Amino acid sequence: MKSSLFIAVALTALILQSAAFAQHAGHEGHGQSTETASPAPVNADDPHVGHGSMDHAAMDEDVSPGPLSETPAPPEAGSGPPRAADKIWGADVMAHARHKEHGKHGNFPVLWVQADRFEAQLRQGNDGFLWDLQGYYGNPTSKLWLKSEGEGEFGEGVEDAEIQALWSKAVDPFWDLQLGVRQDVAGPSTTHAVVGLQGLAPYMFEVDAALFLSHRGDVTARIEGELEQRITQRLIVQPRAELVLSAQDVPQLDIGGGIDKVELGVRLRYEIIREFAPYVGVEQTWHVGNGADFLRAKGKDPSTTNYVVGIRFWF
Amino acid sequence: MNGYSYLLKTLRFSRRSLLGGMSVGAALASAPSWARGGNIAQDQPIRVGFDELRGDVIDLSVGSGRRIVEGRRGMGVAVNGTVPGPLVRLREGQNVRLNVTNKLKVDTSIHWHGLLVPFQFDGVPGISFPGIAPGETFAYEFPIRQSGTYWYHSHSGLQEQQGHYAPLIIEPKDGEPVKVDRDYILLLSEFTPLNPYFIMSRLRTGEGYFNRQLSSWTDKYPMNAAERRMWAEMRMMPTDIADVSAPTYTYLANGLGPKEGMEYLFRAGERIRLRLINGGAMTFFNVRIPGLPMTVIAADGQNVRPVEVDELQIATPETYDVIIEPGNAEAYAIVCESMDRSGMALAMLASRPGARAQLPALRDPPLLTMADMGMNHGEESGHGDHSSMDHGTTPKASSHDMAGMSMRDTSLLPPDVEIGPGLDMVSMAPVDKTGDPGLGLRDVPHRVLNYRMLSALEPNKDVREPSRLLELHLTGNMERYMWSFDGRMFTSLDDEPLRFAWNERVRVKLVNNTMMAHPIHLHGMFFEVVNGQTPAHQPRKNVLVVQPGASASFDLTANEPGDWAFHCHLLYHMHGGMMQVVTVVGPGEGS
Repeated sequence: MKSSLFIAVALTALILQSAAFAQHAGHEGHGQSTETASPAPVNADDPHVGHGSMDHAAMDEDVSPGPLSETPAPPEAGSGPPRAADKIWGADVMAHARHKEHGKHGNFPVLWVQADRFEAQLRQGNDGFLWDLQGYYGNPTSKLWLKSEGEGEFGEGVEDAEIQALWSKAVDPFWDLQLGVRQDVAGPSTTHAVVGLQGLAPYMFEVDAALFLSHRGDVTARIEGELEQRITQRLIVQPRAELVLSAQDVPQLDIGGGIDKVELGVRLRYEIIREFAPYVGVEQTWHVGNGADFLRAKGKDPSTTNYVVGIRFWF
Repeated sequence: MNGYSYLLKTLRFSRRSLLGGMSVGAALASAPSWARGGNIAQDQPIRVGFDELRGDVIDLSVGSGRRIVEGRRGMGVAVNGTVPGPLVRLREGQNVRLNVTNKLKVDTSIHWHGLLVPFQFDGVPGISFPGIAPGETFAYEFPIRQSGTYWYHSHSGLQEQQGHYAPLIIEPKDGEPVKVDRDYILLLSEFTPLNPYFIMSRLRTGEGYFNRQLSSWTDKYPMNAAERRMWAEMRMMPTDIADVSAPTYTYLANGLGPKEGMEYLFRAGERIRLRLINGGAMTFFNVRIPGLPMTVIAADGQNVRPVEVDELQIATPETYDVIIEPGNAEAYAIVCESMDRSGMALAMLASRPGARAQLPALRDPPLLTMADMGMNHGEESGHGDHSSMDHGTTPKASSHDMAGMSMRDTSLLPPDVEIGPGLDMVSMAPVDKTGDPGLGLRDVPHRVLNYRMLSALEPNKDVREPSRLLELHLTGNMERYMWSFDGRMFTSLDDEPLRFAWNERVRVKLVNNTMMAHPIHLHGMFFEVVNGQTPAHQPRKNVLVVQPGASASFDLTANEPGDWAFHCHLLYHMHGGMMQVVTVVGPGEGS
């Protein structure tokens, strides 16, 4: 499963990368002037490097290189945490002050909530809607995540909906490991254990990959990748790909073994403010393999093209 | 302009206001009593500019109120009802008692930036004292052991961003060695209508949230496709010059926006001392006066051998004193561009009230390069043509070099650096760049100040060879907005301080493993920047900017006992964890 996850991530990256290269095509012409933007670092040993009206006479004397390797502080430097102020203002008062500062410095927590996709989907047949919300509360390396995704058709109600609660721990500068549960709240009630990896891949792909083990023992996986490409400071095009994989057929959920679903889309948004951006886009979904057959048996089209209109917002 | 605002804008503090008949300075000496420590209730409008206080007992009061800058409104924190707060003018050798009353609903504090004080009066909550609770008055008492240009500001929360800062000038006990006709203060800072905690939160949750100069399909940046791909591959932004900038910020000169007409009067041929203070929270300013060279005579309050330049970069919280001698032009513009060139603070040298010089347009924003990652394979070409230090490392050539090269080779780090998610880059080959004039000024066609041009005027007292080296790594994760020393964010609870024995002489080498320049500030002591000068003339400073991917060193004589804050002075970097405590064990206290 791990290797198929990896392949899927690689696939997603490959698809989206083409969009990244497209961006750069327009910039080939700027190449000539690059040299001016790059400094030559200054050599520390060159006493003449500082120019202007400096006093060269003073600098031509021999200057010792000083100690070259790090050595520990002598024992006279003492040990333990800094507590000099305790003797003057009192240990209790200072302990209280330090605790006050503790909550405000460094690892303090923040709250973030985002609707990455909140849209109406226009298609031949019944128009639908979709939400894709996520949020976290926590410090930079340890967070509680809540995610919810769902879709349905106008007039028909919600068809698919899920909520995830995940504990998230940074395992790398750019990647968080996420563990938790997912509850499907529309359709057949299903509870899943979740192991996920969310973060920023090279070339700035935002990736959210998760493996799900349902209470019925079914194993599925979902990999989502997005890329933000600024056309201007406010106009942003966002290609997006999603791949659903399954280790087995899950007829109750219309999921077929192997690659079950491929979704490719592109959304163009205008950030009125950073936090609020209406968008339009188009998205193509293909259900393949047995999953497609399950849908056909229900009289549904396994391939759908959606024109989407929505709002991306966060706070 | 009405007379009252004109008074504020042309504020002079020098008592030697001999010139120009009617002196603005004399008029202000009769400032109303309410401006001298009087009560300001909540939500009162905050005045712009600063009054002057002097004497052995000085009363200061910290309150909140509304600020309006160029029509933009926000809440502010003011000392004695003004932003900047009142100039505190002291004399070397005097004793001073500063009574600070907190009229806010939250704790406050005042840190006397650059002053040699007993550590318990240094004003850092949790380190030097408990802080000043609402309604409380705290008395700071200490002798004045130095002279020069300094400032003071809150060390509580993010109050500094909201206006809690002011200049502090100390006259030498034997009189000023530099004779000038006029003596002016230019305190640079920023105004934002946003709550600073909102800014901090957005720095953590948004990517490049405040940057309106991000690379895009339609930008004009001189980067080719390969370079753009390389930056994307690294998951970094070459436009990451300033975390917060215009239009979020309006840059201020003595509290006034660029359109609000900050003005200094002069007559042709006069010698003017301009005391530059960067009281900003996050901004490096590039200061120049088109048509006038500036002779730098002091840095961080300490005299240096005069050095003439056309431009200088002043990091928060540095101070530079410069001498200028305006000629026959009607006016000269003092242009203070933010390092990312998103905006400028502006003041005018005017030969008559209202005289205006032509303003230069903002220059193109600079970009980070591979050299700012510590990729210095071009370093040997640093010799030769010094005026344009732009050869050697070309990012174009570097893009293919990236293959097989790690941006985060943690084997390059000493074992005491904690390796974790908070460290997104390791400088590949950090070299000393004290000769770097700063981002955006490496290729300008005129003379720009750099640290190697600074040489202490009065020889240093302690010229011992340092007995040991302490290497500290500046570390961070831009994406998560985590900042730290040696991979450890400041907790304020159980931090292991940087310990020094009494009178120990130590060389501290700072290695910057991030792509941002960090102005590292030591409280309570001056250190000497290792800049190629002889030990006797290494310049004394309390702030050392470490350029991206580079190193910089200082020599410290640990002779001020106590616990001292040591941190990046970019406010949100300090708040984001780049802070530590320096502990100097007093004589006879060592274990």
